[in-house]
Amino acid sequence: MQVTVNGESTELADGCTALDLVRQLGLEGRRFAMEVNGEILSRSAHETHRLTPGDRVEVVHAVGGG
Amino acid sequence: MADAARSDSPREDTWRMGDRSFASRLLVGTGKYRDFDETRDAIAASGAEIVTVAIRRTNIGQDPGEPNLLDFLSPDRYTILPNTAGCYTAVDAVRTCRLARELLDGHNLVKLEVLGDEKTLFPDVPATLEAAKTLVDDGFEVMVYTSDDPIIAKRLEELGCVSVMPLAAPIGSGLGVRNPYNILEIVENAGVPILVDAGVGTASDAAVAMELGCDGVLMNTAIAGARDPVLMASAMNKAVQAGREAFLAGRIPRKRYASASSPVDGTFF
Repeated sequence: MQVTVNGESTELADGCTALDLVRQLGLEGRRFAMEVNGEILSRSAHETHRLTPGDRVEVVHAVGGG
Repeated sequence: MADAARSDSPREDTWRMGDRSFASRLLVGTGKYRDFDETRDAIAASGAEIVTVAIRRTNIGQDPGEPNLLDFLSPDRYTILPNTAGCYTAVDAVRTCRLARELLDGHNLVKLEVLGDEKTLFPDVPATLEAAKTLVDDGFEVMVYTSDDPIIAKRLEELGCVSVMPLAAPIGSGLGVRNPYNILEIVENAGVPILVDAGVGTASDAAVAMELGCDGVLMNTAIAGARDPVLMASAMNKAVQAGREAFLAGRIPRKRYASASSPVDGTFF
């Protein structure tokens, strides 16, 4: 299935969870926050939340800023 | 407060914001540095306890071992203050704050800024008020960047913001405190900490803000953009402390004519 991750179209296995996506992106254990379709997806829900085709996922972190 | 300033340790002159207490009155940003090492060294020299960060997309597909800002600025050592820089709508600002809270394990202190114009980066005040209300209702502790309008500053305090942060001058301009009487008016009417945020160019600008009675100063470009950022961070640290002590000490009034410091009596000429 196709989902959009940080604006980029991304191919994922059907039934993939948010945690599967995190692993695919190599972000496991890193400090980041995730939003799916404009709603926060808390870390505790990554393992159980199944993504669906067309989901818009944002993965953010802290960068330098004033 | 004045007694604390006279004691051996000026660090006893703390300030409070919500349930938090701080010794340093200099808050610093983390943008525009050459690398994370310089960021870390400048922030250490500044003595700051509160450091701002921005929230941006993670670079997908890049080296997973790439260093992360928070590896250099541990949330255990610093109070991390996520900002909403770059947001031009209340919706985007609120969304950014919610992501920041998730990123920082429920940490609810945020710096709200809703910008109105790319040229000046002046705040969109109506949108700022709207976002502030939503965030306060959602349990955030909101430090809010705003114009130097005393009426708006009071409104933001009444909405429940934990700190109001009027600009000294446009962000990154280095023009210093352009409207000292407005800042003074805001300070004198405030029931929450007032921090000058944005526009400071050099150490004397920071001292001026503190001499007006501000509780602190937040800056980024003035340090990061200096030829020697670590040395400027040290200068700002001292300027903020000097300005604070001068405020507590109470400056002499300005007069047009001279007043001799040496006695007039006893002269032999």
